[in-house]
Amino acid sequence: MFNLVRRIQGGVHPDARKDLSVGPEIAYLPVPERLYLPLRQHAGAEALPLVKVGDLVLKGQLLAASPSEVSAPIHAPSSGRIVEIGPILAPHPSGLNVNGIVLECDGEDRWIELDVPADPFSLSPQVLAERVAQAGVVGLGGAIFPAAVKLKQGTRHEIKTVIINGSECEPYLTTDDRLMRERAAEIVEGARLIQHILRAYSIVIAIEDNKPEALEAMKAASAHHGAIEVMAIPALYPMGSAKQLIFEVTGREVPAGGRSTDVGVLVHNVGTAYAIQQALRYGKPLISRVVTVSGSCVKNPANLEVLIGTPAQTLMDACGGLIGKPAQFMLGGPMMGTVVPSLQIPVIKGATGLLALSEDELPRKDVSPCIRCSRCVDACPMGLTPLEMAVHARADDLDSAGESGLRDCILCGCCSYVCPAHIPLVQYFQYAKGKQDERRGTERKNSYIKQQTEARAARLAEEEAAKAAAKAAKKAAAAKPKKEVES
Amino acid sequence: MIMATLALALMGVLLGAALGFAARYFAVTDENPMIKEIEQLLPGGQCGQCGVPGCGAAAVGMVEGTLPVTCCPPGGMGLAEKLATLLGVTLDAGEMAAPRLARVEANECIGCTRCYKACPTDAIVGASGQLHCVLLDACTGCGKCVDVCPEDCIDLVAQEPSLDTWRWSKPQAA
Amino acid sequence: MSQSIAAGPFAHDRSSVDRIMLQVCLALVPATLFGLVMFGWPAINLWIITCASALATEAACLHLMGQPQRRLLDGSALLTGWLLAISLPPWAPWWIGVGGSVFAIGIGKQLYGGIGQNIFNPAMLARVALLIAFPLHMTTWALPAPLFSAGAPGFLEGLSITFGGMPLTDSMVGATALGNLKTELTLNHTADEILSKSFSFWSAFFGTTAGSMAETSEFLLLLGGGWLIAKKIIHWEIPVSMLLAVFVMGVIAQQANPAGYPGGFYHLASGGLIMGALFIATDPVTSPVSRTGRLIFGVGCGVLVYLIRTWGNFPEAVAFAVLFMNALTPLIDRYWRPRAYGRNARGKPLVAAKWTSQVKEVDKV
Repeated sequence: MFNLVRRIQGGVHPDARKDLSVGPEIAYLPVPERLYLPLRQHAGAEALPLVKVGDLVLKGQLLAASPSEVSAPIHAPSSGRIVEIGPILAPHPSGLNVNGIVLECDGEDRWIELDVPADPFSLSPQVLAERVAQAGVVGLGGAIFPAAVKLKQGTRHEIKTVIINGSECEPYLTTDDRLMRERAAEIVEGARLIQHILRAYSIVIAIEDNKPEALEAMKAASAHHGAIEVMAIPALYPMGSAKQLIFEVTGREVPAGGRSTDVGVLVHNVGTAYAIQQALRYGKPLISRVVTVSGSCVKNPANLEVLIGTPAQTLMDACGGLIGKPAQFMLGGPMMGTVVPSLQIPVIKGATGLLALSEDELPRKDVSPCIRCSRCVDACPMGLTPLEMAVHARADDLDSAGESGLRDCILCGCCSYVCPAHIPLVQYFQYAKGKQDERRGTERKNSYIKQQTEARAARLAEEEAAKAAAKAAKKAAAAKPKKEVES
Repeated sequence: MIMATLALALMGVLLGAALGFAARYFAVTDENPMIKEIEQLLPGGQCGQCGVPGCGAAAVGMVEGTLPVTCCPPGGMGLAEKLATLLGVTLDAGEMAAPRLARVEANECIGCTRCYKACPTDAIVGASGQLHCVLLDACTGCGKCVDVCPEDCIDLVAQEPSLDTWRWSKPQAA
Repeated sequence: MSQSIAAGPFAHDRSSVDRIMLQVCLALVPATLFGLVMFGWPAINLWIITCASALATEAACLHLMGQPQRRLLDGSALLTGWLLAISLPPWAPWWIGVGGSVFAIGIGKQLYGGIGQNIFNPAMLARVALLIAFPLHMTTWALPAPLFSAGAPGFLEGLSITFGGMPLTDSMVGATALGNLKTELTLNHTADEILSKSFSFWSAFFGTTAGSMAETSEFLLLLGGGWLIAKKIIHWEIPVSMLLAVFVMGVIAQQANPAGYPGGFYHLASGGLIMGALFIATDPVTSPVSRTGRLIFGVGCGVLVYLIRTWGNFPEAVAFAVLFMNALTPLIDRYWRPRAYGRNARGKPLVAAKWTSQVKEVDKV
């Protein structure tokens, strides 16, 4: 079913460049020498290691457990020996380290014994959600939110529609496209499992119309399941953003400050649906994912199924290595992806793509003053006024920036994409949101310190009072016998 | 012409007298309410890093203008910005000192308990004969523990940037 | 490999400020060429000197402000000079053009802080200043004397008209339709009488009448402006709402009193209205940023144009109307913001539907 009238506002049409990597089938990368597993590859608290240096582990074995609800465990992607637990280079623009586990693979790739259910559809939603949590499944579209937390919302909210997000609106990335073409049946089963857990009424698999083969494959795989609709949506960036996708598919807007459950919808990426299916049908934890290796500096761009923790250099070598001089490496897409300092970083759960971009693929940088052409206002999918927000952000006036739209900004980058003066609009917003985080953190600390100070003062006062009371009691006790003697 | 001059002069004298009367009899002599407001915003740890004894004195200093709004390292930039807006002063961002927190050198600690008794926010945990350790979340960097430690094993160290504290810097303007 | 920590996005469409300015200049070319040919050498001289002095003033201001000279190449000074030139009487002396340019760029744009910082449209600011300071020169309209036709000034004569201060004879000048209407109405002739004698819609529309250098050919201006709207360089809201407002008011007035008021089509085809609607009022720096804001701006401009033309002292009103609405633009921008996703028009979050936010009974296992 085609959506002829696009409902979402704004959005841009960047050069898709999907043809670079979409041709070949997904290739499997062999087990590398070492795997580097950051303890936090998800939104939420860092996982706590359960193993020690020197331990021998099997493929799929639990290495680090979730300390709280919003977190995800880490499993061994292959069998081998733990050689280090400590700081490793983080896939982060700062070049800082993150706590992680280094696993030296023995090459045998031996699985741990898995708990395979007879029929996942016969289990209750609670049990299934718990299994998804234990499998360490997180949002594989890039948001890396723990999938189980989303699934547990089914007990608290009525979910009308599950949307399986097959848009993949970022340029260069084709991992979801190939996944849908090659593993359609598993994705459909994953979608049905999600529906079962959430007790949702229906499933919509939304795929951008620039992926006709994927649309065909998913339609064929879901043909005999009544409640599944495969919907073609207009190819636009950022159609894959949850808020925009929900509006396009259901016509309902998620209220500001609210969640998608407020409109009875939950969105999961096709990769996440596949991972959920693997976890519930075969008991397999999340230990690998499909990554698009692309960019004009890559010799043979392709999609690779890699073990989590594989060094990025290994992926690049598998694609024929680098050609020319790359100006930038990125994990994810060019619009919202993470800049990484080098290829010595590990591939993590949220890495949808590995890009090596040349100077020509990067936009020019000379900034000139704003001419108020309002193309940014036209392009903003959230209906904000980026030119105004940037003025406030530049003046460090965070409250005015928030009120003029920063509080609703999804940092998609459409504004920076269209600005003719090349003003770094979304970069100002990233900076401003960072400052707001910092301010919130400081305020929290300050009120905590206040509490502590008052509590200490109260404790000391209590101790003083107790001492004085004890003294008085002693005096009274000393005075009493005297009195008795007298009388 | 004469009448106009006389009339205006009379009005001037009358209004001037009224203003003088108001200035004398309706003057606000109570403590500036802003001092109380600012004191509420300060962390209250009485750490003394601002150079004056206690947060109350700091609030007075800031209202009088003897202290800059960036004088409170535990309050951070967030507090400095709030104070700048309240007091109507411009903020020179470069003046903020980086926060320094206490750190106990584990090898040298003898477990004497003097530091945790001195800490105004109970940020040090320990017991007699046991190792003492600083809870960074509660430490304001006031330095009282450094003063009382007999082994000189506590230092105030600047915090290393970590992934949790890293933030994007401001883009260059046109 | 670059070690700089840059943030994304690492993609950009091919837009740039100079491309936008260049495209607007291109859209003006048909009407300008027509005007230059219609009014001959003096017009050509005036156009060149006005654009050149705009660029020179910009260069001087950039130097004084310590900004890079390459900003001269963004095309904004050229465009301002061009727009000013084509709104001037075509045989005006050179110092009108130069003075206007210096005022437009120096005071109307750079004094406010440079590009993007001005409140008023610089070209219109200069035009109004000139109109008030030199009313005679600014209302001496040359009759069309097409280049190389009999009776048209040659190259040398053109130079002496523009630079030599040669006085213009009565046979060379005439009134514009707007000017003529105003004077004749005061002589108690009825509007339809006046129009039937002096106004022909099609010749006004195609531009073979007296008027500003390139404002006469509404047809060519519409072609250029239509192209700009199709390429999304200007937004459609301002031209459409402004022209519609004038047209509707004209029609209503004519229906009410045909003797006193000319009709809607007359207004559309005369003066600088089409040019103002497509090229002046749509100046991005001085117009609102949201759709509703632009519609309000356009309607305001249109209403003011009609009011001033009909009941004001001046025959032409576009410059005044645009300047007035420019002053209101910050106010319009503040109160008529686009509606954000997830919020209503006032900015409050939308209310979630009741049935979806009910808390369910937790299932017993």
